[in-house]
Amino acid sequence: MKVMTLNFLTCAVKNCKSSNDSFPLHPKEAELAKDDIEINPQLLINVLPRIDWAALRTTSTELGFPTLPEQPPSPEDLQNDEALLKELHELLMETQMMEGKLVCGHCGHEYAVKNGVANFLLPSHLV
Amino acid sequence: MPEMEYLIRFSQSHETFRLPEIEALAVIEGIDLKVISYSLESPFCIVSLPSPSAAQRLISRSILVISIHELWGHGSTLPEVHASVRSRTSDLWSQYLECSFKFTIDSYQGSRTNDSKLSIINSFSYLGFAGPIKMKNPDQEFILFEDWIFNSTPSAFPIPSITTLRRYISTTSMDAELALVTANIALAGPGKLIYDPFVGTGSFPIACAQFGALTFGSDIDGRSIRGDEKKRTLRGNFEQYGLTDCLGGMFTADLTNTPIRKSVLTTEKNDGKTGRIFDAVVCDPPYGVREGLKVLGVKDPEKCPWVIPKGMEMYKDPDFIPPRKPLSFWMPTANDQDQEIPVPQHPYMEVVAVCVQDFNKWSRRLITYRRVPDAEVEPAAIKSYEQTKAERAVEEGKTADDLNPFRNAYFKGFKN
Repeated sequence: MKVMTLNFLTCAVKNCKSSNDSFPLHPKEAELAKDDIEINPQLLINVLPRIDWAALRTTSTELGFPTLPEQPPSPEDLQNDEALLKELHELLMETQMMEGKLVCGHCGHEYAVKNGVANFLLPSHLV
Repeated sequence: MPEMEYLIRFSQSHETFRLPEIEALAVIEGIDLKVISYSLESPFCIVSLPSPSAAQRLISRSILVISIHELWGHGSTLPEVHASVRSRTSDLWSQYLECSFKFTIDSYQGSRTNDSKLSIINSFSYLGFAGPIKMKNPDQEFILFEDWIFNSTPSAFPIPSITTLRRYISTTSMDAELALVTANIALAGPGKLIYDPFVGTGSFPIACAQFGALTFGSDIDGRSIRGDEKKRTLRGNFEQYGLTDCLGGMFTADLTNTPIRKSVLTTEKNDGKTGRIFDAVVCDPPYGVREGLKVLGVKDPEKCPWVIPKGMEMYKDPDFIPPRKPLSFWMPTANDQDQEIPVPQHPYMEVVAVCVQDFNKWSRRLITYRRVPDAEVEPAAIKSYEQTKAERAVEEGKTADDLNPFRNAYFKGFKN
């Protein structure tokens, strides 16, 4: 599961959806893997507007990546910023979360990640 | 002439998918396509396009087009064809006087002896081509297509099926050809993000990845994604086709409690992207027959609606699908007129295309919608939709099986 996916996922519990603490989910005991992928600036520029930047900064720090700038770059800035392109490419496209847990900051529920596949099925008391 | 007419030679299979596919490709390539003549019964379609290069781009990733040709003339008899060729193209002939060439005859649902073919070819001698005739790699090829009325010798086109070559499939994997057509109709392309909430072993994401889209998927049954956790896994399928770059993320989730975040909509930039996550949603939801209904953690059937309507309500959520972006999904129906299940309608969703794959007593449709931007939806339409929905809930029962007319008809053998 690419780290980009974490930016699209929140807690599956309905009551948590309204809480700001439920997103992003916090990786715990995360084992990461890295794919070697050719950098595709156009793809990153397309993806940029769909990214919740504040959440990505949190995820990046929690996974031990360098701190991202406070404000998201504009598409034009990103186009010309090779270092940032490379950094985002590595984080969003190349890095995969293989094992570990994703924890909701609101209800504390832990979603297991096994073999790169996260499990968001809820136990019956949380549905 | 600014616009030229072209003849598209389609495969005579999956007929109802052909025009939606080619129209979607025109959107993807930004080509101004006008359909001059088309029929489900014929593999030949006449279109008008701005340039030969546009014609090449149009069909470059099509699954159901066999070839495309500059149209020199057409008619219902040979003399009519000659007259048409003379009037349309006499100013072009001089360009082809010296080049090597060959003539071919492609008879659909018919055949001719070699002598008869030769005499037809020779009847075009007035074109005055003096270059060498080369059967292999000529500079120019001229093809005479014949469309015979169906009689005795139907020509069978081999339908490629790469699903069977895929290492890891399950009982309900979509065949490769239709998965690729679905990806085309959903406008899959490089830089796009596409989501399949019923991913299974990954037929649709693989097809979308084939065209360069970054793909995401989920399934209520995580076993289908994990496979045997060795080679036969969803990821293994991406590896087999060399598409792992386009594998965004797969996760186990129940669509009725989806972990996909709701995005805050911003219209200020009006770029159709800000705040939206996915460019398209493509899926083949369970029909409630082989896979059965699965919604986890709910024992009370009254709270447990039929899985397909439930899933569709989420897509139809006003902020789920980006305006003008496609939603494509498969849905089964009985073929008998009395039992036919109507295409689901919603004020926020405009039907773009309905394509049908037939299986004797039942068939399934690929239904593609486009999200109507909020501002263009009539409040009255939403009100009347909500009212109809409430009435239906009273009339048609509440359990999952009550609400699945396809399942009911299927187990009664499609008899009334």
